[in-house]
Amino acid sequence: MTESALQRDLPTTDPTWAERNHAALRTLRLYVRTLFRNASAVLGLGLVLFFLAIAAVGPWIIPYPEDAAGAVHMDRKLQPPSAEHWFGTDEVGNDVFSRVVLGTRLTLQIALIVTGVAILIGVPLGMIAGYVGGAVQEVIMRVTDIFLGVPGLILAIAIVGALGPGIANAMLALSLVWWPGYVRLVQAKTLSLKNEIYVDAARSMGAGPMRIVFVHLLPNCTSPIVVKASMDMGMAILGAASLGFLGLGAQPPEPEWGAMISIARNYLPDWWWYSFFPGLAIFITVMGFNLLGDGLRDILDPQHRE
Amino acid sequence: MLNFALRRMAWMAVMLVGLLAITFSISHIAPGDPAALAAGPDATREMVERIRVEHGLDRPLPVQFALYLGNILQGNWGQSINTRHAVWDDLVLFFPATFELVVFSILIAVSIGIPLGVLAAVRQNTWLDHSIRLVTVGGVALPMFWLGLMIQLALALHFGWFPLGGRMDMMTDPVAPITHLLLVDTLLHGEFSIFVECLHHIVLPAAALSIPALASIIRVNRAEMLETLKQDYVVNAMAQGLSTVRIVAIYALRNAMLPTMAMIGLRFGWMLGGTVLVETVFDWPGIGLYAVESAINSDFEPIMGSTIVLGFFFMLTNLFIDIIYALLDPRVREQI
Repeated sequence: MTESALQRDLPTTDPTWAERNHAALRTLRLYVRTLFRNASAVLGLGLVLFFLAIAAVGPWIIPYPEDAAGAVHMDRKLQPPSAEHWFGTDEVGNDVFSRVVLGTRLTLQIALIVTGVAILIGVPLGMIAGYVGGAVQEVIMRVTDIFLGVPGLILAIAIVGALGPGIANAMLALSLVWWPGYVRLVQAKTLSLKNEIYVDAARSMGAGPMRIVFVHLLPNCTSPIVVKASMDMGMAILGAASLGFLGLGAQPPEPEWGAMISIARNYLPDWWWYSFFPGLAIFITVMGFNLLGDGLRDILDPQHRE
Repeated sequence: MLNFALRRMAWMAVMLVGLLAITFSISHIAPGDPAALAAGPDATREMVERIRVEHGLDRPLPVQFALYLGNILQGNWGQSINTRHAVWDDLVLFFPATFELVVFSILIAVSIGIPLGVLAAVRQNTWLDHSIRLVTVGGVALPMFWLGLMIQLALALHFGWFPLGGRMDMMTDPVAPITHLLLVDTLLHGEFSIFVECLHHIVLPAAALSIPALASIIRVNRAEMLETLKQDYVVNAMAQGLSTVRIVAIYALRNAMLPTMAMIGLRFGWMLGGTVLVETVFDWPGIGLYAVESAINSDFEPIMGSTIVLGFFFMLTNLFIDIIYALLDPRVREQI
């Protein structure tokens, strides 16, 4: 073959960005199409985006910013919903709407930290158990089983009971009971992946265990982790609100939804709005994350696509 | 099969020691001195030191854990500062109320959830299926305590159809306890009107506790039924001209029940957590309420006692479910 023939085969210009990422773009288009064919997933995405937006801009859009810190306006306490106070006012005259909006940010922080810590503990343990196998796997999985054998909320209450009530301890307690689910998920996935040909290939090329686990196995475990994390955001919100309601999580006057309801229940039935709206916020947010999780599963797991 | 059951029970004993190791560790991560915690807020320095030696808290950790196991096995679960009773006596007193509520709720969830799941699958993509799915999507996202408060607000406070809380009216003379389960005892005594009264009291808390579980049972059962209804043996049964009822009830449901059983087990654990919330809302005198009141007052030993009892109860349920599972599916017997 002559030199000129070789040159003819070479592309005359560099490939464009779209050409280079052709495969990724096609996958992305498939994901978007799958998502938008699924009405409930779109609703979930919408609710989650709405929740994130409120959390981001909350402090600047609320009508009564001073009510976040527990201001007292006894002249306008326990007023029903009206044009000035969409969700009514509470027992010290704070605007319930402002406090519910501010609560989104706090709730998001709690849920992210709890889910994040659970992933940071659970995923490495699961990968080690699945990849190393043997006695290490036995020990990790048995300890995981024991933790899964105790109802999570009870264990969280026990931990908060030992450490003392408060938002930081509630987050710590929830994180400590949340990780076992990830161990089980990731261990099963690692176990099924570790004898795949591409892992053998990597091993034969001299890749060490750390490289195999983090570079070759972890990316293939991300979709189930993402799906579980989305569902768990919702469950963590429920858990944190439950602890707040029991008086063991965030303490009033912090604008946390569960803690608000724990005070508000004393004002039922006449001042129903005070309990109703924070609970509705929890319900809608959790539903958003659940629907999104369902939708993500349909997208990321081809077996679930109908 | 017997072999499986025995191995499964041995594993449960190990899990139980694990649970006690967790509660033991929690009492050691507590900030401050466990002896001071056990002695209560008003104890003098000498009292704290005496308790330290009495409880062996000056000994090495493994010895302490062995002592702890011994104490638990002997029913020596410590003292509640709040109720001033031995924790064991309190737990014996409060457990039947929790047991009655949780078991009643799971029975409701299962007996409504499975037929609705089957119905949704058989009538897939009809308005019935869509409305059942709407309920399941909402049901799992409902905060149990808020749901409890709202049905209490609507059905008890507003309409007055149901009592606000408690297990029975204050004025009613309780029947002599036999099983300590009011619904059972009143029937055994033939006190029909008190039975109805107790049933009336349990409806709202059981509804709050069972709706999230109901939603996930329907969901799993529907998905599994859809899967089994596509199988060749179901198609074959249809081709043979068997009636739909027979195909669904005998051929498909049995196979769809396996994953549903797993979900029921999982949800039972959530209910044991949820009972803490529901008991708080409905003033139901069970272990959940006891645990919360103790946790708020940092009354340590009752919290650990409640955790052990509820954890044990959950492990026992899982044992039970695993054995049923193994009876239904021979493949499971090879595991563990």
